Amino acid sequence: MLAVLKHELRGYFHSLVAYIYCAFMLIFIGIGAMLYNIQASVANFEYVLQFVSVGLVVIIPVLTMRILAEEKRQKTDQLLYSLPLSSTDIILGKYFALLIIYLIPMVIAAFYPLIFSRFGDVYLKTSYGALIGFILLGAALIAAGCFISSLTENQGFAAGIAIPLFLLNYFSVTLAEYISATSLGGAAAMLVLVFLAAFLAGHLTKSSAIRSCCAIGGWAVILAAYVINSSLFENLLPNLMKKLSLFNRFNAFVNGVFDLTNVVFYLTVIIFFLFLCVQSLEKRRYN
Amino acid sequence: MITVENLTKYYGPVKAVSDLSFTIEEGQVYGLLGPNGAGKSTTMNIMTGCLSPTSGSIHINGIDLFEEPEKAKKLIGYLPEQPPLYMNETPLEYLRFVGQAKGLKGAELSGQIRDVIAQTGLEHMKNRLISQLSKGYRQRVGIAQALLGNPAIVILDEPTVGLDPIQIVEIRTLIRDLGKTHTVIISSHILSEMQAVCDKVLIISNGTLAAFDTPNHLESILSGSDEITIRTLASEEQADALLSSMQDVDSFECTKEEDSLLLRIRTSAEDLRQFSCSLFFAFAKEQLPVFELTAHKGSLEDVFMELTEQTGTAGDETADSGESEEIN
Repeated sequence: MLAVLKHELRGYFHSLVAYIYCAFMLIFIGIGAMLYNIQASVANFEYVLQFVSVGLVVIIPVLTMRILAEEKRQKTDQLLYSLPLSSTDIILGKYFALLIIYLIPMVIAAFYPLIFSRFGDVYLKTSYGALIGFILLGAALIAAGCFISSLTENQGFAAGIAIPLFLLNYFSVTLAEYISATSLGGAAAMLVLVFLAAFLAGHLTKSSAIRSCCAIGGWAVILAAYVINSSLFENLLPNLMKKLSLFNRFNAFVNGVFDLTNVVFYLTVIIFFLFLCVQSLEKRRYN
Repeated sequence: MITVENLTKYYGPVKAVSDLSFTIEEGQVYGLLGPNGAGKSTTMNIMTGCLSPTSGSIHINGIDLFEEPEKAKKLIGYLPEQPPLYMNETPLEYLRFVGQAKGLKGAELSGQIRDVIAQTGLEHMKNRLISQLSKGYRQRVGIAQALLGNPAIVILDEPTVGLDPIQIVEIRTLIRDLGKTHTVIISSHILSEMQAVCDKVLIISNGTLAAFDTPNHLESILSGSDEITIRTLASEEQADALLSSMQDVDSFECTKEEDSLLLRIRTSAEDLRQFSCSLFFAFAKEQLPVFELTAHKGSLEDVFMELTEQTGTAGDETADSGESEEIN
């Protein structure tokens, strides 16, 4: 794992990706700090991070798009497979390398609240709580981005899928207001979601049998549940969208609530997507 | 030592490798020969853990490749068909990564990198970007990568493809040298290359093993492929009687043409020219005019193609009837 990590890190600094990302992030945070903390004279650094979090929708996919897609395109994945490394080593090495790059501007930004506190009262606990939330948010998005990159050999395609998905996730709470809350609407939405999940499972395993089984099985469960107790589906989709929103949970940190459930949620998302990543890499050996 | 047992690989409905079994002993150069699409690369990819087989097992020095992949892969160095290189790195950086991934550290790492660079003649190129290297040098970086970690078995997939003649000779020399200390498996579809380099040749056709022998022995099987065509005024019966009585005629076929008879004679005669002379005199003696006599020495590649086509269909039959070929 260490070999992959070092190799990836060297690659990021070699190709200037690391420098460009850090510069971009610092400029973004800097503009935010100027607008909120200096011009508007607000003593809350967490608002700056909330402002910057929109940027992650684009920055993270750009960082993660090449991580596995490029290996596939250059055929260097064959090298990784033939080396005495497990798929978990490869994925973790790549993930932690990217996480380190992601953290560099955060370390610098961590000094900002301290600097501001010299000129007035800054509530440091919420500032650093929000910073931790921001780091977890980014870490979860990176894991999701890695998974999307593992599905394709085209970098542009990987970014093109990740950006809209992240954007949808960013606005999912707002969108949830407009979504049908009736039990029928909820059930219909679940049918569509199950179909999409089955389609993804079918794509990953390259097996139409698994796709059909997942879809039909899922539909049967939903229909049965709907017949037995249709109230289960009331408000289901809007609630689900609120619950699964990574950005919404970050807002809790911004509002000064350091809720451990949110930390656990982020960690679960990270592990879930890294697990899928490993499976996706393993699966490539079978096709 | 590598033991491959009942290896089968399907790509969707397509059977790429079909019930392949063989054993590879230590310290020799083995050649995997077959036409394009015969399953050479698939077999190599499976042997190195890059690809999972549909069924079958592989043991490397007794270690199951699919049960303990990390342990087994330490014993193998692999150069895939397309060298897996990171274009924006120098050979030195690239080799350092591969060495580290193979578990080398410190002085051992730098020592081995120095050795493989010297072995593959990369000294002058080691600090240039791989993207700027020619195909030949990229191939060498790929081979250097396979040699790192001093693996017992080195597997090279078409190592000489796309190289110029001088580079081909150099790589062949390198492979022969490697064969003294390692077990080397190379693949190719060029028979002469196999003859030049390999101690033993496995011929793969349609995913089955068509032959597994020394090149010399294979050559003796393959001879008898020379062909002589004759246009004569003889009748079919006359030609038949004449050719049947002659030595060295393996088989022949007659085709009736407008005003003559076309004979295609297959022979295993050692001296083709001598045999042509005796054919000519035999016809002359019978007062049968010959208009045309062409001697065609079958190229090894032609013959090989024929062999793989024949055994390909034969192999399919054995696979269908469920018999695996017992080799070695």
